[in-house]
Amino acid sequence: MLCDVCKCNDATVFLTQILEGKMQKVNLCDACSKEKGVQDPTGFALADLLLGIGAAEEIEKGAPTQKCPVCGFTQADFKKTGRLGCSACYITFSEGLGTLLKAMHKGIEHVGKLPQRAFRQMELTDKMRSLTDNLEKAVAEENYENAASLRDQIKQLEHEMAS
Amino acid sequence: MKFDQVMSSAGEWVRGEGPHHQIVVSSRVRLARNLRHRSFPGWAKKVERTQILEQIKPRVEELPEMQDSFSELLQDLSALEKQVLVERHLISREHAAKGIGSAVVMNRKQTLSIMINEEDHLRMQSIRSGLQLKSAFKLVDKIDSVLEGKLDIAYDQHLGYLTACPTNVGTGMRASAMLHLPGLVLSDLINQVIQAVNKIGLAVRGLYGEGTEAMGNLFQISNQTTLGEKEDEIIGRLTKVIETIIEKEHDARQVLILKKSDTLWDQIGRAYGVLTYAHAMTSKEALNLLSIMKLAVDLGAFAEDRRLPVDELFIETQPAHLQKTSQQKLNAEERDFLRAQIIRDRLKLFPKPDMDKVAREPISNPPSAPTNNE
Repeated sequence: MLCDVCKCNDATVFLTQILEGKMQKVNLCDACSKEKGVQDPTGFALADLLLGIGAAEEIEKGAPTQKCPVCGFTQADFKKTGRLGCSACYITFSEGLGTLLKAMHKGIEHVGKLPQRAFRQMELTDKMRSLTDNLEKAVAEENYENAASLRDQIKQLEHEMAS
Repeated sequence: MKFDQVMSSAGEWVRGEGPHHQIVVSSRVRLARNLRHRSFPGWAKKVERTQILEQIKPRVEELPEMQDSFSELLQDLSALEKQVLVERHLISREHAAKGIGSAVVMNRKQTLSIMINEEDHLRMQSIRSGLQLKSAFKLVDKIDSVLEGKLDIAYDQHLGYLTACPTNVGTGMRASAMLHLPGLVLSDLINQVIQAVNKIGLAVRGLYGEGTEAMGNLFQISNQTTLGEKEDEIIGRLTKVIETIIEKEHDARQVLILKKSDTLWDQIGRAYGVLTYAHAMTSKEALNLLSIMKLAVDLGAFAEDRRLPVDELFIETQPAHLQKTSQQKLNAEERDFLRAQIIRDRLKLFPKPDMDKVAREPISNPPSAPTNNE
């Protein structure tokens, strides 16, 4: 069996980690295990190692020739750096990334914080759009009483959005 | 605020007033955030990186928490000044390597530090003394909520906050605590603890994070996963594990007092002797000996008012702090002489350690190897 890192020497160190019921294995040769600090337990965490090895292979499965339309990042760049190019890369390379994230994390769905303000702002923008549409309609229909009330609502909403 | 002011006032966490501060030196929580559809710092060209910086920096500086802040472009800081910030854990080693297009903004109390264009566009960190992960999170979460109203933050409804490295995606949160564990090291139990912690999906690292050596019996423990778990769940889990480690450390110390007191007194006596009389000392040796002095204060061999000078020496004897204080560039040998001198001066008025004052407490749990099914 060859070493997972250098892929030329025979593996002599075999590591297994069980995380959340999933078994992950890494095989290393003597030189690579020393370099990765495997023999020094304080500096070693298997997940870091797995990431370095597994990441590029996983993403290749997804989009072999694809380039991110937003930033021009390719999978070859990911292989080199282990980092992505921009937030849109998560969509471009979603297929390969899915497997990778699954191996790396506790789940594949975010359950934490939501950007509240962004969310609220979105709601307010929608509300504003419908109010201005109605206002235009009311003015066209010469329904000035209704238009005045809509204008007040818009003013209040503008105030709300600015705060 | 100028760099000299940063230098002259130690961060709040150095004074060690938080809960469990004897064992937990500091708690840190950092959030990684990025702007939507802009290249991450590692991929962006210089022009785009600078644009992003110019967009983010004013928004950060106008935060109420950042009144009278220290805000600098990385290219305007000297190598030594960057290193000082690394030694205080206010910026990462990776950030210190950055130049044009990156910046750091931190508050006066040095409890909040925001790196712009590190690995992500925004790395917001809060640092507190002792075990205070919850309150550290609260502070940085508040800042994040304000900033996300002013900046278009990259967010995906399934994957959460999008980050340059897939290991941070989701919450973008890394919570960590710096633990001082001389008892577990002296009783050879530390490797078992580290292995047990690794097995439950938490990471243990050395003094300055990833890939660094454990010195001065200081260990950083942090969450490894960021997706599929809520922020407060991650922090709750981490806090629980840390509380268990604190208990194990207490027990290990009591066992040392009861069963291996000769070894313990020898260690303390040697640390006191070498620190008080040596004329050349590397930073590694200083950290390791100061760790034993800190343990001696914890145990009562030195009076409580000796704690602060020892804690301060941990920071002041680091290579960059040493050179910044002495206002000169020193080679390694000169640093070792100066370091020894500073320590000697500080410990001059220290009485000898009094082993009779060491408190003996009942052990809460019989000492045993930590179990793996925690």
